[in-house]
Amino acid sequence: MTDFTSAGGEAVELRRGQSLLTVDRKTRRRNAAEGRFKVYGLIAISIALVMLVILLVTIVVRGIPAFTQTFVSLDVPLRAEVLDPDGTGDPEVIRGVMTFGYAPLIEEALADAVAETGVQTEIDAAALVQMLSSGVAADIRDRVQENPELVGETVTIEVLASSRADGYFKGRVTRESLERDRNLSPAHLDVLDAMRDAGIVSIHFNWDFVWGADASESRPEEAGIGVAMIGSFFMMLVVLVLSLPIGVAASIYLEEFAPKNRFTDLIEVNISNLAAVPSIVFGILGLAAFIQFAGLPQSAPLVGGLVLTLMTLPTIIISTRASLKAVPPSIRDAALGVGASKMQSVFHHVLPLAMPGILTGTIIGLAQALGETAPLLLIGMVGFIASNRPDGLAEGLLSPNSAMPAQIYEWAKRADPAYYERAWGGIIVLLLFLLAMNLIAILLRRRFERRW
Amino acid sequence: MPTLWLIVIVLILAAVGYVAGRQRSLSSVDGDVRRLHSLPSFYGWNAALWALLPALLALVAWQVMQPVVLNLSTQPMLELDAAQPGALGLAMADVRRVADGLDLAVQTGLMSAEGARGIAPEEVRAQLGGMGIALGSDVTPQTLAAAQHYRGWADVGQWLETALVLLLSVGGLALAWRATNAEFRARNSVERVARWALIAAACIAILTTVGIVLSLIFNTIKFFGLYPASEFFFGTTWSPSFGGSSSLGILPLLWGTLYISFVALVVAVPIGLFSAVYLSEYASPRMRALVKPALEILAGIPTIVYGLFALLTVGPVLMSVFGQGGVLGVTWMGGGTAVMTAGLVMGIMLIPFVSSLSDDIINAVPQSMRDGSLGLGATPSETVRQVVLPAALPGIVGAILLAASRAIGETMIVVLGAGAAANLSLNPLEAMTTVTAKIVSQLTGDADFSSPEALVAFALGMTLFVITLGLNVFALWIVRRYREQYE
Repeated sequence: MTDFTSAGGEAVELRRGQSLLTVDRKTRRRNAAEGRFKVYGLIAISIALVMLVILLVTIVVRGIPAFTQTFVSLDVPLRAEVLDPDGTGDPEVIRGVMTFGYAPLIEEALADAVAETGVQTEIDAAALVQMLSSGVAADIRDRVQENPELVGETVTIEVLASSRADGYFKGRVTRESLERDRNLSPAHLDVLDAMRDAGIVSIHFNWDFVWGADASESRPEEAGIGVAMIGSFFMMLVVLVLSLPIGVAASIYLEEFAPKNRFTDLIEVNISNLAAVPSIVFGILGLAAFIQFAGLPQSAPLVGGLVLTLMTLPTIIISTRASLKAVPPSIRDAALGVGASKMQSVFHHVLPLAMPGILTGTIIGLAQALGETAPLLLIGMVGFIASNRPDGLAEGLLSPNSAMPAQIYEWAKRADPAYYERAWGGIIVLLLFLLAMNLIAILLRRRFERRW
Repeated sequence: MPTLWLIVIVLILAAVGYVAGRQRSLSSVDGDVRRLHSLPSFYGWNAALWALLPALLALVAWQVMQPVVLNLSTQPMLELDAAQPGALGLAMADVRRVADGLDLAVQTGLMSAEGARGIAPEEVRAQLGGMGIALGSDVTPQTLAAAQHYRGWADVGQWLETALVLLLSVGGLALAWRATNAEFRARNSVERVARWALIAAACIAILTTVGIVLSLIFNTIKFFGLYPASEFFFGTTWSPSFGGSSSLGILPLLWGTLYISFVALVVAVPIGLFSAVYLSEYASPRMRALVKPALEILAGIPTIVYGLFALLTVGPVLMSVFGQGGVLGVTWMGGGTAVMTAGLVMGIMLIPFVSSLSDDIINAVPQSMRDGSLGLGATPSETVRQVVLPAALPGIVGAILLAASRAIGETMIVVLGAGAAANLSLNPLEAMTTVTAKIVSQLTGDADFSSPEALVAFALGMTLFVITLGLNVFALWIVRRYREQYE
């Protein structure tokens, strides 16, 4: 009370002879402080939400263009005198023609197409080809090798435009920026505009970005995230197969059987510490233990999966224990009461009841593992071109591959802005997977969660 | 016999064991289940486990031991120059390559088994080269002899292994089958095994920690053998060059790490804390239900996304303000990657971390304390500042420390957003680099793991591990030490 009388003397003074409803100076000050405090909170929340919106909008706006691509539709004359000079029709002979042999045919087709639009240009045919992707010849060669009977005919093929030409239509490349470019000149753009008007050049959805393989640094227009997606899939397979049983078994032991002693304390401390170890340290562990010591192949999804398993185990154990704890003891007592053993009561009654929660936690752990990049850098899942689709389980697990986040990192490192666009596009694909997994987790929780 | 087939056979034996054990238990009581000690399936499982476990354990042990034993027995056959440290490993690799090549030749039918055994040393290289196995130099008679010895014993070893595993499997099955009768406590024995399996799974956490510590310690010791520890810990320049004569001082990296984490916390702590207070004290349930999950989306976004956001969006925006030709007309910023870039983005990433931890802690403060404060005439904000926050302070400090440890260990944002130059500077708009970024750059690519330039990454990892672990333990200690228990 002495505190009150000494500090609040002023307030008591002011109150004398006034109505309780009149707001005095001090109350006004306190109310203003109250209002300010509330506004601070609102500002903080809005900053966080605005950041979220900016982030998501940036991803969508910059990533969507990666899903469309500029195509040029060409009538390519597959001349027999070039591809099969002796007229044998023998697939072996046709296979012998290198991509170099197809180049003049493409030049011719493109020159024809340009002439058709009626645009006047000083660029010669050899330089016009710069508008097309450098992988076009190989693409056509593959097509001819699949159907040797095409030789001698003129086929209409949609081929990829070069990344500069593609960038021009998407607004990434401007005439000014091409002044000093040695691949494409502003004059090319006039030709491209004319071809666009003539309907020879079109922009549409590019499935190869979603399912295709990565391409070399000079051909961003061909790069896709498909092979990296398969790498991620195999890693997630390893994580699921290992971390779910191990995580559930460990949680059952700790939650249901473990006596309270030093040993179980040690395990508990370890789990909570592992949950906070930086992911890069798990990468070092993978490098030293799995690759250097155990001699597993570098860049293999198996190694990536093992590392991510160790990383996600604490998450899964923590959530599994929470859902085991949520099953009321009366269930256990009832099971024991009708003669089940402790093991039977856990496996026949507690575990099935906790399963929705366990699965939810596992899916969220998997989603975390899917987006993790840092440990993958150390075990070598970047730095090469993931171009081969694995066939079969063993090859998928053991042959070098990339993973989605590692592929995005790889693209972000290549200096070409066309690859930045692909990195954003890759992020959209990755986020769609994460979104789907989280939605499944939420639905599982909604559908099966029981309140006791 | 290939290992895979061996495993399949053992699995089949286990399945047979299950059926046989179950049958025998039933026939021992003439089909009257009530007289059995355990359910019939337990007898089946018991037999299956007896057929499976000893055999598989022996298989694993043999697979681990055989190469070691073979190496030890082959080594004396090679006369080596003891002065060269790597010579033994290289020579053994040669021996193994020749042995594998000969095995492959026999398998693919290029050579007969006798032909492979009697091959002359000078022919080996040409023969194996034809199959795509390149040998660096001509094979010496010594190496060939060692390879033949290796092959011979590997063959014998494989036969012994097959015999042992099958014997154990069949033997275990027979033992379990004999023990199966009405009195046998099959359930207890099966449950004992299950319990040990659970314990083993729980021990993986310990094994992981041990693995991390060992893999860091061994390579760190190797590094300090090549590079003085005092220069590592107190050196102020970081300029690795794989040609040699590099200076690997950790101080600039630590400075960059702490500076970026500091910027991140300056962003994340006020925003996170104010959001948490608002959400738990002021917000309507509806708003809370909308905003909380929205904030948690920020936590679910992978760090590579934040890294790209820093590199391609925040960096250029900062450049257009502080860089050359920017809005302010100053040239404080040389490039898009800087402490500020990485710090701001990392701060955004940490907002949900701080806010959801603080939210939990603030909610744990009992309502009666708020009611008491409000009843005395305090406004809600005075209640928060003078009652709720002091009561929640240890928890909030713990949350901030955890966020700091997260910031220090964060990799992708700094790899993409902070730059690569190791700087000891105070300017937040300058590029700096961190411990994690340097671990990545020293260990990716084709570094050989014996040079100090690659090994330094393990010393950096060790430092990082110790710092984050220390912060975590400290955070938990603070929470436990100063937490008030409200009932």
